[in-house]
Amino acid sequence: MTTPTSVRDLIIVGSGPAGYTAGVYAARAELEPLLFEGTQFGGALMTTTEVENFPGFREGIMGPDLMDEMREQAKRFGADIRTEDVDEIDLAGPVKKVVANGETYYAHAVVLAMGAAARYLGIEGEERLLGRGVSACATCDGFFFKDQDIAVVGGGDSAMEEATFLTRFARSVTLVHRREEFRASRIMLERAKANEKIRFVTNAEPIEVVGENSVTGLVVRDTVTGEQSTLPVTGLFVAIGHDPRSELVKGQVDIDDEGYVRVQSPTTATSLEGVFAAGDLVDHTYRQAITAAGTGASAAIDAERWLAERGDITANTLEAAGAPVAVDA
Amino acid sequence: MSNTITITDDSFKQDVLDSEKPVLVDFWATWCGPCKMVAPVLEEIAGEHGDKLTVAKLDIDANPAAARDFQVMSIPTMILFQGGNPVKQIVGAKGKAALLKDLSDVL
Repeated sequence: MTTPTSVRDLIIVGSGPAGYTAGVYAARAELEPLLFEGTQFGGALMTTTEVENFPGFREGIMGPDLMDEMREQAKRFGADIRTEDVDEIDLAGPVKKVVANGETYYAHAVVLAMGAAARYLGIEGEERLLGRGVSACATCDGFFFKDQDIAVVGGGDSAMEEATFLTRFARSVTLVHRREEFRASRIMLERAKANEKIRFVTNAEPIEVVGENSVTGLVVRDTVTGEQSTLPVTGLFVAIGHDPRSELVKGQVDIDDEGYVRVQSPTTATSLEGVFAAGDLVDHTYRQAITAAGTGASAAIDAERWLAERGDITANTLEAAGAPVAVDA
Repeated sequence: MSNTITITDDSFKQDVLDSEKPVLVDFWATWCGPCKMVAPVLEEIAGEHGDKLTVAKLDIDANPAAARDFQVMSIPTMILFQGGNPVKQIVGAKGKAALLKDLSDVL
């Protein structure tokens, strides 16, 4: 049996508002957390523009700037941030293992904050034309569609936000939605509806992205009549929601049918001792930067308390057994 | 000190097309979050492989011509030039290991 050379108190996996906030709290609590932010760090806000509803910024703040602030704040208190992708997480037993870039790291407690990944349509032509008119990031790529006709697919807040944002560049934005009703909040929907550059096409299901070397159109099917038609667009932005990134812990902690990690609300405790989860990985209800940051703070506090209690128990047990007080072999 | 060089539309021919060494051009902009993710990785690669590869950064906001010429429609996009020709196009932010793999032909 190999003995871990060094077992840390806490490893945090993920770097959105949840991960970084957990980092701030855990570092201030002197847990010296190791935080794997991944090579694509910063979470979902890295591809947004103005964040208007994060308290404390009355004029709003750019998503990437907000994330940079959180990251630097965590660093300031000594969080050990690694820009590496985690390949493997093993949560069995009292010492948890995290493998990144070929190296294994050990910790007593883990905070899972991997967030959620943007969903794609999975239709013909989409992948082939990614970066050739199909875009995963409106804020990055809107610039390239000046005076062009483009489409946004989706019915939630992010679809409304993207459509509204893209009107700064595009000549027209067609918002394509599978249903008649929208999941978007009223303020976002009203803002989009009031924008004369945005046209709504509802009950329309995207079938295929067409174009030889770049996008020339989007084929949609009317869900009521079954009729197919092609929207002549040169750009396609997909905003149809997110899937929790729980693959790495599947089969280890309790996960619901949609892939979200289950926690014992109002705490962030998962089904496993010493494993806590926060942010969009857990939350299919609110999914806000501020709620993610909130649960990130909770997770760090839960981990800190768990570690403190566990430390007492371990010390007592070992002492009672006449062993020197050292933790884990 | 920066290991990457900053290029413009005007210097593109001299810095990229006429370069003896392969050049990886990073098409980026200040308002692009994922561009910020990939920047430190490119800096590292430039530092470690500077003898075989030049990494050049092109701000597409100030220099739209090159982006248009090479049909860049999404950023970050990185195009590898060899002997004045684009030989490989990489779209989207990636980790170091993935990028090094993409660049293995010239490294």
